[in-house]
Amino acid sequence: MTSPLEQKKIRIAGPSVVTANRTWDGAVVYRTAAKDWSADLSQAAIVCNSDDAKALLAESVADDVGAVGAYIAPVQVGDDGKIEPGNLREQIRRTGVTIGQPVQA
Amino acid sequence: MYAYDEIDRTLVNERVSEFRDQVKRRLSGELTEDEFKLLRLQNGVYLQLHAYMFRVAIPYGTLASKQLRRLAHVARTYDRGYGHFTTRQNIQFNWIKLAELPDALADLAEVGIHAMQTSGNNMRNVTSDQWAGVAPGEIEDPRIWSELIRQHTTLHPEFSFLPRKFKIAITASDHDRAAIKIHDIGLRLVRNEKGETGFEVLVGGGLGRTPFIAKTIKHFVHGRDILSYIEAILRVYNQYGRRDNIYKARIKILVHELGIEKFSREVEDEWQHIRNSSLQIDDEVIEDIRSRFTYPAYEKLPHMPDELRQAAADPDFEAWRKNSVAAHKVQGYSIVTISLKPTGKPPGDATAEQMDALADLADKYSFGEIRVGHEQNLALPHVAKRDLPALWKALDKLGLATPNVNLITDIIACPGLDYCSLANARSIPIAQELTRRFANHELANLIGRLHINISGCINACGHHHVGHIGILGVEKNGEEVYQITIGGRADENAALGNLIGPGVKFDEVADVVEDVVEAYLALRERPEELFIDTVKRLGVEPFKERVYATR
Ligand code: HEM
Ligand code: SF4
Repeated sequence: MTSPLEQKKIRIAGPSVVTANRTWDGAVVYRTAAKDWSADLSQAAIVCNSDDAKALLAESVADDVGAVGAYIAPVQVGDDGKIEPGNLREQIRRTGVTIGQPVQA
Repeated sequence: MYAYDEIDRTLVNERVSEFRDQVKRRLSGELTEDEFKLLRLQNGVYLQLHAYMFRVAIPYGTLASKQLRRLAHVARTYDRGYGHFTTRQNIQFNWIKLAELPDALADLAEVGIHAMQTSGNNMRNVTSDQWAGVAPGEIEDPRIWSELIRQHTTLHPEFSFLPRKFKIAITASDHDRAAIKIHDIGLRLVRNEKGETGFEVLVGGGLGRTPFIAKTIKHFVHGRDILSYIEAILRVYNQYGRRDNIYKARIKILVHELGIEKFSREVEDEWQHIRNSSLQIDDEVIEDIRSRFTYPAYEKLPHMPDELRQAAADPDFEAWRKNSVAAHKVQGYSIVTISLKPTGKPPGDATAEQMDALADLADKYSFGEIRVGHEQNLALPHVAKRDLPALWKALDKLGLATPNVNLITDIIACPGLDYCSLANARSIPIAQELTRRFANHELANLIGRLHINISGCINACGHHHVGHIGILGVEKNGEEVYQITIGGRADENAALGNLIGPGVKFDEVADVVEDVVEAYLALRERPEELFIDTVKRLGVEPFKERVYATR
């Protein structure tokens, strides 16, 4: 698989974050401005142009022990600064499956 | 049941301790993800949308009760209390922590279960009929041969780095429950004029981006030659198969591009070189494997016991029996299919409690044996008919007696966008909505046999191409859109479905399926004419008209 950094250009269409899965347990995490990972989307560092996105991704990928599979994901930022996932996939990663509780006896 | 030998047990245990070390080095940073990825995939560990997904093999779909109990234990101890049975006789756990995986593998290894070759470009779990060994009229228990191939191909260097993953399925019945025509190699046990056992060999089937129905490459290969013949096929594939383009790397593309005649000539050439080598199977080898499959000590039982006669007065029991209970090769016994498709639930999921309870029921009523089929249901293969009413009551208490086997709500669905990192659209919620729409069992019975298969992307894990009604989720401008096909089937008359028209939105899918079903009910010549036969007779047009006239 090509690493995301080998992509020639990274184009983003709007505010974005870097997300990944935490290495030891696989949990969904977001890259923070403090160069750490958080399970809380509101802690995520927001980037708004492609160069910043590329830089954030590069820095995230470099932390190979903390999290794996880092990539750039779209978000929406409200007037109040609240961050919401930018598509259904990211919504599902944030809030969990849309199928209700697992089967119960 | 099959009893694994010492070699297997040692091998599996060695793999677990190897992996424990690899995980430790990964978590300490000694191994990078790039270095580790192949190692984790070799142990069935994928990175999915929410977490690590762990895929465990259930060779030819046969489980002992203690193995099922152990799967329940893994679900409860290391995951969120449930597991997902797939279309490939595997079970997947969706939320396992990497740090705990070696423990989970070690627990499974104790009962002879592992995750080897459930991922990667190698020979995958050899699948078979979930009724193997008990179906009336089968030539021979196909698991004997599945097991032979499993042993031969497990960690075989030549099969460990193929151009792409490779799947073999085996059936021994006239009615194909193993979907052999959509596998890289499909094997059908047959007998020649001399009464010898051998195989019709099919090659080049598969779903995904470019679906193909397998073609017969040879009508009879003697049992003793089957390993050399498979090896010859794989060598031709290894030699010519494309490695430059992942989408063209499957054997189905090679067979299509060379043509079956040229392909079979190449295989024949290769086979003549190796056929009389050590790959020829001695009778003793087969006998040894055969002797490891033990069958229960069946009793002599009446064909129609009093218990069954009495229970027949209960319409709820009858509704269940009609669809879930099948004939057994031994008089007085039945094969019971357990629907993992209760109304409104994700197809194929079972909780740890259900798995434990099923293991107990298997001990009580089915000589400790459970089967897993490719339709994401389970089966108890040896139930005495007199026990059917009691078993039904017990299953009902567990929420496992939904009387919908082979009916419209017995849906195959891949995990889709709710779990899968490759998905474009959700599958499970579509299945859930359809099971609610058609929850009325009388209506479902009126409709009769009808298979709906759903995939969340073109990879076709939910077998959408071969659903009588197939539903494929795609993405269009950031929205989920579903393409609907009709007329596919995965049995001995396997066929790919045809698109009925433009894709429809998430909220419209159930309405469209309702329209298709209503059209069928209006168009069928008599109640016995199945949906699939009406489609075959009339083609897609009348269905298309019905669905799109008002849209
Ligand atoms: C969630 C993790 C999964 C991933 C990443 C995954 C990935 C894939 C991919 C990439 C393919 C296409 C391969 C090819 O044909 O070249 C495929 C095919 C397939 N997968 Fe999955 N899959 C997943 C889960 C499942 C599940 C849950 C099932 C069963 C419900 C399943 C059963 C199948 C089947 C039957 C095929 C068809 C292959 C063929 O006929 O050629 N997979 N999968
Ligand atoms: S069909 Fe696509 S979405 Fe469904 S499990 Fe397979 S890869 Fe995932």
